Amino acid sequence: MTTTLVTGVTPPHAHPFWRRALLTREAAVIGLLAIVIVVALAVVPNFDSPLTVTYMLREIAPILLIALPMTLIIITEEIDLSVASVVGLSSVLTGMFVQAGLPLPVAAVLAIAGGAVCGAINGFLVTVVGLPSLAVTIGSLALFRGIAVGLLGTAAVTDFPEFWTDLAKANIPGTPIPGVMIPFLVLAIVFAVVLHATPFGRALYAIGLNKEAAHFAGIDVARSKFTLFVLSGAMAAFAGVYFTLDYGSARGQNAMGMELQIIAAVLLGGVSIFGGRGALHGVIAGVLLIGTLSRALQIAGVSSAVINIITGVLLILSVISAAVLAGARSRREAALGRRRQLRERAKLPT
Amino acid sequence: MFGHSTSRRLLGAGAIAASVALVAVGCSSDDGGTGEEGGSGDEAASITFLPKNLGNPYFETSRVGGETAVEEFGGSFDEVGPAEANPTSQVSYIQTAAQQQVDALVVSANDPSAICDALEEASSVGTKIVTFDSDTDPECRDLFVNQSSAELIAQAQVDLIAEQIGGEGEIAFLSAAANATNQNAWIDMMNAELEANHPDIEVVDTVYGDDDDQKSFDQTAALLQTHPDLAGIVSPTTVGIAAAARYLSTSEYQGEVALTGLGTPNQMREYVADGTVTAFALWNPEELGYLSAYAANALVTGETDGSEGSTFEAGELGEYTVGADGEVVLGEPFVFDADNIEDFDF
Repeated sequence: MTTTLVTGVTPPHAHPFWRRALLTREAAVIGLLAIVIVVALAVVPNFDSPLTVTYMLREIAPILLIALPMTLIIITEEIDLSVASVVGLSSVLTGMFVQAGLPLPVAAVLAIAGGAVCGAINGFLVTVVGLPSLAVTIGSLALFRGIAVGLLGTAAVTDFPEFWTDLAKANIPGTPIPGVMIPFLVLAIVFAVVLHATPFGRALYAIGLNKEAAHFAGIDVARSKFTLFVLSGAMAAFAGVYFTLDYGSARGQNAMGMELQIIAAVLLGGVSIFGGRGALHGVIAGVLLIGTLSRALQIAGVSSAVINIITGVLLILSVISAAVLAGARSRREAALGRRRQLRERAKLPT
Repeated sequence: MFGHSTSRRLLGAGAIAASVALVAVGCSSDDGGTGEEGGSGDEAASITFLPKNLGNPYFETSRVGGETAVEEFGGSFDEVGPAEANPTSQVSYIQTAAQQQVDALVVSANDPSAICDALEEASSVGTKIVTFDSDTDPECRDLFVNQSSAELIAQAQVDLIAEQIGGEGEIAFLSAAANATNQNAWIDMMNAELEANHPDIEVVDTVYGDDDDQKSFDQTAALLQTHPDLAGIVSPTTVGIAAAARYLSTSEYQGEVALTGLGTPNQMREYVADGTVTAFALWNPEELGYLSAYAANALVTGETDGSEGSTFEAGELGEYTVGADGEVVLGEPFVFDADNIEDFDF
C-alpha cells in the first residue's frame, strides 16, 4: 500500500530536461505561435511589414501587463474580473488629474495608487470577509466601471502633454518594437523570478493546489492573496495610464471587455483555472498567439465575427487538450505504480 | 515504457494537427477577403467602409448606399469593422487599411479623438479619410459627411408638430440627457423657430428621459398628467420617441396627443401602423452611405481636395459643396410616414 502512494508521483527526472521542456503545454503554445507566424508570413499579404509588429504589440501591451498578476491570481485558484474596469477608471483619473493641472507623472502615480485601492477592496472582500473572488470581482467590475463612466459622463479628456503621448507611442530606436515593451520585459522578469524562484511564488502554487495544506505548512494564504489583488489593481491602473496616452483619450468606456481577453490568454497559455499550474512564459506566448492570430486574420480580411469564433475554438481546444493530457498523465502514473508494485513483488522471493 | 511514450507522442501529434487545422481554417477563409486589397496603383478607387460596429441595422443600410455608389463609379468596395462599438475597437481596422493602402476609408467614429492617431497614420500613406454619421476632430479627416444640419433638423421637427396639432396648442419636449449637446442645440433652435413663426404654439415643459427607455416612458406619463391640455410631444431622440409612443399607444391619449421627433423606422413601425404616430423624421442612412462613398471617390480622383467651397458630383443626389471645416451636409431630414415606412429596415 505504502509503495503505491510513493510511486504515485512521477519521478522528477524520468526524462532528460530538453525532452520534458518540449512536451509541456507552454512549449505547445510557443510552437503554435511559431506556426501561426510562419503561415501568416507565407500567405497573408501585407503581414510581413514592421508595422504589423508595432501595431500588434501596442494593442496587446495592456493585456500583456495585466496578464502578469492575473497569472499569479489564477494559480492561487482565484480570479480578478475587475481589471478592465480598473483600466477604465485609471484612464479617467489620469485624464481628470491632468485636466486639473497636475503634471502627468503625478497624475499617473495617483491613478496607479487608485488602482491599488481598487485591488485592496477586492482583496479585503476575498480574504478578510471570505467571499469568493468570482462573485466579488463581478461586483467590482460593475462598480469600478460605473464610477469611471459616472466621473466623466459622455465627455472625454483628450488634451495630454505631447511629450508623454509621443513617448507612449514611440518605438525603441531602430526597431519596430514599441518602447512600452521595455517596462513590460522588466516587469515580466520580476514576476517570473518571484513566481518561479522565491518561496512566495512557490507558496502560490501550494495555495492553488490545496489551500488547507498550504495553511498548515505555514503559508499565510490570506496575506498572499491580498498582495496579489493589490498588485493586480495597480498593474491594471498602470496599463490604464499607458492605454490613455497611447490612444490620447481618457474615457470611462475604455478597455471595455478586456478582462475576458486577458483571462482567455492566460488560460490558453497553460494556466489551470483550478489553480496550482502554469508558467509565465506560456502566458506571454498565449497573449502573443491570440494577438498575432487575430492581427493576421484581420489583415487577411476575415470578419470580426469569424475571428472571434476562431479564437474561441482555439481556447476551448486548449482547455480540452489540457484535460486530456492531465487524464492521460494520471492514468499513466497509475499504470506505472502498478508495474513498479509488481516488480517489487517479483523481487521479494529472491 | 513503450505504451506511454506512444500515447504521449500521439497526443502531441494530435495537438499539432489540430493547430495546423485551425491555422488552415483561418487561411482558407482569407481568400475571399484579400481579393480587393492593394489597389493603390489601380485606376479604380478602393474604398473601405468602417462603421461603428458590424451587424448594426443602421450601418447595414448605409452600406447598401455605399455599395451602390461604388458600383456606379466603378471602384472596389469593402466593409470591415469591430463586433463591438467601443472607443478604441476601430483602431486596428484603420491600421490594417493603412497597411493595405486602400485609397479611401469611410469611418463612423466611435470616439472623436481615440482613433485620430491611427487616421493620421493612414492619411500619411495616402489614404483619404471621410467620416460620416459621427465625426472625429476636424484635423483627423479630409471630409465629414453630416446627415443633416442642426437648423434643418430643428426646422423639420417644428414643421411636423405644427402640422400635426393644427398650428396651435401646448407642446412639450421629451429630450435625452439634460447635458446632451445635440438635443440642447436642437431644442434651442426649435424654441426660436416656434416663437418666430408659430405664436399660437406654447412650449409648456421640457423633460429629460436620459435616453433610457424606462425613464422616458415614465416621463411621458408624468407629462400627460401634469399638462391635461397637452396637444403634442416632440422627442428629438430615438430612444425617447419610441418610449413615448409605447406609452401613448396603450393609453387613452392615443391619437389625441400628437407625437413626433427623430426615430428609426424599425422602432416606430408598429406605432405608425396603430395610428399613435403619423409622421416622424430622421435622415436616410442609405443616402448617407451613398454620398459618403461619392465624397471618398471625389477625394481620390482629386475632384475635390476637401477645401471649403469646392464641389463634387454625387451621382443621383447631384452636386454638393464642401462647407466650413470640411463638412458636407446630406440635406433635409427624411420624413417617414405610413406610406414609405415599409421601404426601410433599420
